[in-house]
Order: sequence, then C-alpha cells, then structure tokens
Amino acid sequence: MATERQSANVVTLRNLSKIYGNNTVAVDSLSLELRKGEVFGILGPNGAGKTTTIRMMLGLTEPTSGSIDILGMDPLRTPLEVKRNVAYMPDDMGFYEDMSGYENLDYTARFLGLGYDERRSRILAAVSRMRLEHRLSDRVRTYSHGMKRRLALAEVLVKRPAIAILDEPTQGLDPHSTAEFLTLIRSLKKEEGMSVILASHHLDEVQSICDRVGLFHAGRMDLSGTVDELATRLFGGKMEVVVEVGETGNRDVAKILGTIGGVSHILQEKEGVYRVTVDSDIRPGIASALVDSDVALYSMDVHRHTLDAVYQAYYKEVHDAA
Amino acid sequence: MRRNDFALRGLRVVTVKELQDFTGSARMVILTALILITAASSLYTATNTMKTVVSEDEFLLLSLFTLSRNPVPSLLSFLSFLVPLTGIAMGFDVVNSEFQNRTLKRVLSQPIHRDVLLFGKAVGALGAMTVVLLALWMLVIGSAMLVLGLPPSTEQVARALAFYGVTLAFGMFWFLVAMFFSVVFRQQATSALVSLGLWLLLTVFWSMIAQVVATAVGGVGSFQAARLEVLLSRISPNTLFAESALALLSPSTRTLGVVMFTQLEGALMGSPLPFGQSLLLIWPQLSALVALLVLLFTASYVVFQRQEL
Repeated sequence: MATERQSANVVTLRNLSKIYGNNTVAVDSLSLELRKGEVFGILGPNGAGKTTTIRMMLGLTEPTSGSIDILGMDPLRTPLEVKRNVAYMPDDMGFYEDMSGYENLDYTARFLGLGYDERRSRILAAVSRMRLEHRLSDRVRTYSHGMKRRLALAEVLVKRPAIAILDEPTQGLDPHSTAEFLTLIRSLKKEEGMSVILASHHLDEVQSICDRVGLFHAGRMDLSGTVDELATRLFGGKMEVVVEVGETGNRDVAKILGTIGGVSHILQEKEGVYRVTVDSDIRPGIASALVDSDVALYSMDVHRHTLDAVYQAYYKEVHDAA
Repeated sequence: MRRNDFALRGLRVVTVKELQDFTGSARMVILTALILITAASSLYTATNTMKTVVSEDEFLLLSLFTLSRNPVPSLLSFLSFLVPLTGIAMGFDVVNSEFQNRTLKRVLSQPIHRDVLLFGKAVGALGAMTVVLLALWMLVIGSAMLVLGLPPSTEQVARALAFYGVTLAFGMFWFLVAMFFSVVFRQQATSALVSLGLWLLLTVFWSMIAQVVATAVGGVGSFQAARLEVLLSRISPNTLFAESALALLSPSTRTLGVVMFTQLEGALMGSPLPFGQSLLLIWPQLSALVALLVLLFTASYVVFQRQEL
C-alpha cells in the first residue's frame, strides 16, 4: 500500500532544509507529498518558506539538506528535465515589455526544443483558452495587469507540464477574472491530469479548488491535509453547529449538549448562543436533547469549518505558543 | 553537485534574442549612427590629407585610421573614445534589467542552466559588436579602394583585420566591465555610473596617476621611474589598445615603452616591421587584453551563480 501511494506521488520532499549564509533558516525539515492530479495549496504568512521551497523544487536554489524527488528526478542532478516537466508562474511574473505577447511566449517555448509549427500551435491554443488572441501581436507594455496574468497562465499551458506551480495566480485580479482563473485551474486538473501546487493568501479560493492544503510557519509545515482533516485536528470536528436558545433558567445548556454523542467541543459565544463542534450533522439529536430538557430552541445552523477559521486558529495557536 | 544535462542547452535561443535586442535597441542604433558619422568625417579628412602623401607612404590604407587634420581627430581616436562607450551602453543593464523587470525567474524556470543566460548575453553582445565594427571596417577598406583606386596589399588587409580584432576585444572588455557591474548592482543607474566612472578613471586620470606614482617611487627623470610608469599605465586597457593599434597601424613602430640605445643598434630607422614581428611586439598586450576578458567574465559568472533569485 505504501509503495502504491509512493508511486502515485509526483513530488516527494523529505526533511528538506535551507539555511542561508547569514544562518537564516528559510525551510526547516520540510516533508511534503503531492499526488498525481492533486491540487495542493500552500499557505502561510510572508517569509514562512513557501517561495524558497518552490525554488528548491525547481533547482533554482540548492537545499542545505534533505531530498527532493520530482517525477522520479532530482532537480539538482537533472534540472533541465525537471524544469521541462514543471511550469512555474511566479507571483511577480515579468515579461519583456518591448516584445509582443506572442514573442514572449515563443521565447520561452523555444527552450522546450519545440519546432516552429508545434510552438505556434501550442501558443495559439493557449492564448485562445485565455482569450488573449486579439492582443497577441501587441507589445506587452500595452497589456493590463489582468492580461499579463492571463499571459502568464498561457505560458504554463504552452509548456504542457505534469506539474504546475502557481504562486498567487489571482493576485490583483477582479472577481470575474478570478473566477475564470479558478475554473481554468480546476480544468487543468480534470482535463489534463495536471498536478498543481498553489500558493495564495486568498483562503476562500484555496479552499474552493485545493484537495489538500499545508500550513507553513517558520520554514516548517506541521499541518497538512484536507480542510476537514485540519479542522478535526484543530477543533475536534469538521463541522460546527451554532445553536441559539431562549431563556434557560437554571438549566446548564452546555452540559445538556455535552451528553449528546458526536459532540467534541462546545463554546458559549454569548448569552443563549453556543458553538458545537461535531463530526457529522447531528442537529436532530441536538434538537431532541434540548426539547427534552425544556429548553426553547430558536435556531440551529450547521456549517463546515472554513479554511479561514482553520488558518486563524492555527496561527493563533502558533503565536500563543511562541 | 554534478549536473547530468547538456551544459549549453538553450544557448542559441538566448544568443539570438540578445543579438536582436542589441542590434534593434534605440541606444545601439544611435551609437552605431554616431560611430558611422564620426568615422565618415574622419575618413573624409584622412582621404583629403592622403592626397598630399600618396607617393610617400606604402601603407596608405592603414593611414586612413591614423591621419587627422585639425580640428577633426583620426578615426583611431574616435574609436578609442566611442568603442568603450558602446560596450558600456550595451552592458550596463544587461543582467540587472532582468531582475528589475522580474523576467529572470520566468526565464530560469525554463529548461536552461543559469550560466547559459549569462553566456548567451556575452555571445550576443560579441555578435552585435562584431557586426557594427565589421561594417565600419568595410567602410574604411571600401573608401580606401574608392579613393586610391588600388586594391590594398595583403599585409595591409592583415594588419587592418588584426586591428579589427583588437578593437573588438577592447569593446568587449568594456561590455564585460559593464556586465560585471550589472550583475553586482541591482540598480541600472548605479551600474552605468560605476562603469562610466571606471572608464573616465582609466581613460583620463590613469596616465596621470601612473606618472605621479612612478615619479614618487623612482625619482624625477630616472630610468626606474620611466619603466614603472610604463608598467603602471599598461594596467589600463586603454594603453593596451593604444599600443596594439600603434604597432599594427604604424608598421615602422619597432618598440613600445622605454627605448634603450642598445635596442636601436643596427636598426634601420623608419623602415617597417613585417606583420609577424609587429604581432610579436604586441603579443603581451593582446594576451593581457584576452586575460582581462576571461577574468571579467569569470568574475561575473561567479557572482551571478551565487546570487539568490
């Protein structure tokens, strides 16, 4: 089983560390696995080690210790083969402003060793998908920010990689363009079986498209998994039921709720309002327990823990521990 | 860590792109136009002057490079001024502009090695400079044939070609100086100013510094001071270029630097040296110029490879 899982991994990082010359620890014993066709979100505050990790995966900077396996290759021994199969869209993507969109894409496509016809057909297909074909021969200096982001994603498509690393791909985009981008990233996974590593500060976006996420802090990734798994680890359950009750008299509502099976945590938010952490939707059980205890039940609302809540809770915990 | 990929993969792509950038950029067009205009004026003056010495000089073609008449300097003087400027103009932002425009990460995430980018830029610059100087060289040779109505002798062509090579190396020296500073400094203005500052130091002030230091160490008018001055002045690539040009374009030049009486014994004053002897004369200068090119590229390479993106 372990062997099967390992063979499905397209990226395996083992105890990866990067210490810069001034003894700054950028990445500290990081281990990460990315499965084929998976979208993995890497989250964390600035300086947490996300970008350094990405650079090490591309062979752009050498790790101090640990091992990297990308599609069965070591980026330090075979950097070109790794870079041929991995597309990287940096957060601060720059283009040659005096060259047209087509020339910019053609320049990087030439490094792939493709012939003229193949390059042209890939570029035209990619820009058509990004709805940029009408501006393809214009100089990039005349492009808007959103168009440059689309051109950057077109470059990823031209490469047809097995793995795409997208660093803040929707940064500075309007809501409509953001939605388009996210749809496209989903389609990369679905239609082309591409594995994607997505670094972003937009937690709702990450939650909407990522299969798993990893939370970075001080060069480490101590928490990773699906949002539900992270919520269970942090809150004791993946869901939360918000219960609003009327006058309770001398009844202890928290105690009543605590007797219900499947409840892992209860928090009284304010007078008459309780947040109950559960692993499944047990609203009927809550309702009957409260009614049986003569407590007036006003409302019940169930929702899954959001990535935002997980993020806030994790970094509060980390901050408090520090 | 030993890498297993082909080391120069992508070099042609980078070189072609850089060559296009260099030859098509506005600054290069302006500098080329400036060189051609000044060359044309120098040539015009030289050909007019030449008409008075046709019967006296067997190296007429070469004298096109050196003849001048007030107030227009010779073509050689123009070149020793404009070629370094061209090199600096081409190189001062060749690497740091990639950082500033944020294109470096994008390019280096493609399947090429980092050093190929630097190497491609240097080869592209060499190509662009080769084309510009070749155009100039052909303009001179063509003008000479037009004016004289005679084909140049093989030796004159060989000397002119050797001079072309030395000029190319001189231009590449200044390109590599500027490229080195563009690797070291992230700001384009800083690398431009430092490059120009060094050029001014070596062009205008170095000979004065060499003289002052030599006099202070060896005493006024001493043989030791004279030798030290020559030695110090040869640290400057301008001196290396000027001495090489002198030996190549003035075949009667028999020695460079301090001349002793013993060296003049048996010499036929004013008689030209064969081309091979002139080359032997400037061999140390040529070696030093090439060594400086290698040194500068290596320095840029080491700094660039160690930089974090």
